[in-house]
Formats: sequence, structure tokens, C-alpha cells
Amino acid sequence: MPWSKEQMAQEVIQLIPANSSLNLGIGLPTMIAELIPVHMHLMIHSENGVLGVEGRPGPDSISSTLINAGKETIAIKKGASFFDSALSFGMIRGGHIDYCVLGGMEVDVTGSLANWMIPGKKITGMGGAMDLVNGAKNIIIMMTHFNKRGDSKIVKSCQLPLTGKNVVDTIVTDYGIFKPHKNRFKIIKLAVGSSLESLKIDKQLLEN
Amino acid sequence: MTEKVFANAKAALFDIKSGSSIMSGGFGLCGIAENCIDTLAEMDIENLTIISNNIGNSGRGLVKILIQDKIKKAYCSYVGGNPDLEERMLNGSVEVELVPQGTFSERIRAAGMGIRGFYTPTGHATPVAEGKEVKNFDIPCILETPLHADFAIIKAEKADTYGNLWFKESARNFSPLMAMAAKMTIVEVEHLVEMGDILPENVHLPGIFVQRIFQGIHYKNEIEFAVLKQTK
Repeated sequence: MPWSKEQMAQEVIQLIPANSSLNLGIGLPTMIAELIPVHMHLMIHSENGVLGVEGRPGPDSISSTLINAGKETIAIKKGASFFDSALSFGMIRGGHIDYCVLGGMEVDVTGSLANWMIPGKKITGMGGAMDLVNGAKNIIIMMTHFNKRGDSKIVKSCQLPLTGKNVVDTIVTDYGIFKPHKNRFKIIKLAVGSSLESLKIDKQLLEN
Repeated sequence: MTEKVFANAKAALFDIKSGSSIMSGGFGLCGIAENCIDTLAEMDIENLTIISNNIGNSGRGLVKILIQDKIKKAYCSYVGGNPDLEERMLNGSVEVELVPQGTFSERIRAAGMGIRGFYTPTGHATPVAEGKEVKNFDIPCILETPLHADFAIIKAEKADTYGNLWFKESARNFSPLMAMAAKMTIVEVEHLVEMGDILPENVHLPGIFVQRIFQGIHYKNEIEFAVLKQTK
């Protein structure tokens, strides 16, 4: 049976060592902030200028100037800091962020990622994703395995405009965990009951 | 020293005209110059170039002037959550240059800092790199150039009469960078204080970058997505 969103988030959390710095993208990855155990001491970075995000505010501490990159209200922990966007992206581009979890539309065997537009149909813009994939030390893509047409989003070669080339380290979908490796995908883990057939990935793309 | 304090938004924005380029601070609706934007919506101007991360959201912020067709060109990094802009981008009625957010910040910073260009890996091998010089360092990088503007409209929590600024929480974002990059920086504040009331070590942006200041009114400080802690 495919993993639920919460199970996917738990799988992502297990890939991240304690005491890491971590940036969470808009969409599915955002929920991770609320599920991280306090004892892991992660420093969550939000590119709008916050280091030290910790879950959500209570009704008394909600603030219009305390938000994450998804423009949702957040809470911060002791040791947090605020800064401007140039410094924020200096942290990213300069290689100071250990892990980044982003959503995806397509990931291919070379670890290239597309996640910001469908030509002629939909444009969200890249936001900070292009900086993050080139700057953060480890890139994890957390996405549903299939698109709306039912095709696997894990592909041989991205057809959509790229966010970055050769940048993805690990992919976590509702069907399993995969790593682009030597022009194929290494299967790290499958959700209980997921068969190779159910992945709808060309067999030649899967590493034995 | 020239007097920097103006009576209100209308007085401070008097010389913005058709064709002006304007940087507008804020991330989504967080930290936007609400009074300045409302005044732009009342002014008889068009063909504006707007440099702002989101260009507003769902009828709010800069979307007020977007739907008045006052914007000719926009520089931004994210269109998600702004259907009015996405629609105009897809049908070509507004020219939109999407800039990766880190490159966007750095291009604005470069303009204020006198940097004529910089090489960054961000956007390499993507549509962002089209037409740009590529140079191989340890990895391939593309040349990016500064983003300048005629005006910046900024909101700060506090300013003194010299224009030293202090921002609240995550409301800082692009605002100090834009204040440095624009020829004419106009700041509206929740609290206008006397010189000396902001301790020197607490100044987030020195007043040398600020030309006009006014005490803002009627702040809405809207929250786009209020998400509260789940109580068990």
C-alpha cells in the first residue's frame, strides 16, 4: 500500500541526521517541520529570512511578520535568527545548509529536477528552488509518485524546463525511496506491498 | 541635512510617473508598503516596471495596480498564489522576467553595492541561463547583472528621522536590499521616532540609504495563511 503523506514525511526525517540545518520547500515538504522530534535539534531555515523555525504558533503568539516561505504563520525556537534575503541566499548558495527537501514534477536518471512550470499551462515560478538545488549539500525530493495523468514522475529524461541539472540525491515518493545513480535509479526502499510493476518505471532504468 | 520626513504617502510619492521603475519590498504580503501601494493605485500613471518577489496575492498588495493595467514589466521569483499575474504572463499582456530568488536578491544587492556583475551556479542548464555568459569555475556558472530602479517603496517597523531602519521579525526580506539599490528610497513606518531612539547596534539599515520617510496609517498587516498549532 502506498505511504500516506505523514509516512512519506517520516521517511524523509529518517534520512536527516540530528543537528543538521534544513530548508523545507513549499507544498508537501512544509509538513515536515511539525513532525520533527525536538531531540533531533534541527535548525530549520526558511528562505524568506528565518533560521530556527519550530512548528506553528498558538493563538496568542500568531504574528503577520512571522511566516515561512509558503507565507504560513510559524513559531520559532530559542536560538533563532532573522535576516535579509541576500544573507538568506548566501547561506544557501554558500553551502551552509545541510539538507533541502523540495517538491517535484519530474526527476530523471541524471538527478535533474523540474518543478516550476508547464509551458503554456502553468507557471508557479522557481522561487528559491534553483538556488537551493545548487547550494544545499543534500537534495531530497518529496513528491507523489504519479502525476495527474497517472504517469510516473520518475523518468528517463525530464521533459519540462529544468530547475537544476544533476542535483537530486534522493527521491521519496508514496511508493518508495530512490536514488539517481549512474544513469539509473537505485531502489533504497519500497512501501510495503509496492511491486516493481506498480512503480511504472521502465525496468531498464532500475538498478539491479 | 535635507529634511527626509514627509507628511504621508501622497506627498512622498509625488514624482513617481508613467514609465518609472519601482522596487517594492515584502515577501508575499509580509512587510509590504501598504500606504505606498494604495497611493500608486490612486495615481494616474502607467507603464510601470515593478521589481518585487511576488507582485501581491489574490487581489491584495501590488495586485491592486496589476489589475488596473499599470504594470508593463515585472521582475519576480514566484507567481504561485497570484492567478492575476499568472494569467497576464501566459497571455503576454505583462512582460514577466522570472528570476531565481537568490539571484533576484543578489542582483538587487549588487546594484546597491556597486557590483557590476557576478557569476552564480543558480540557473545553469535551465531557461534562466539562456543568452547569458557561462564560465567554468569548479562548476559552470552564469553571469548575472545588477537590478537598479528609480524608486523603492519599503515598509519598516521603526525609522528615526535620519532614516535608520529597524524591521520586525521576518518582515525584513528584500527591503534593505531594495533601499540600497534604488535612486529614491521611500520608507513608511509603524513608528517614526527621534534620532537616537534606535540604538546604533540595532540599526538594520543605516539611514544613508533612505531619502524619504513618512508615518504610515491604517495598517492591515494581513496574514496570507494562518496556521495554528494543533491542540490535542
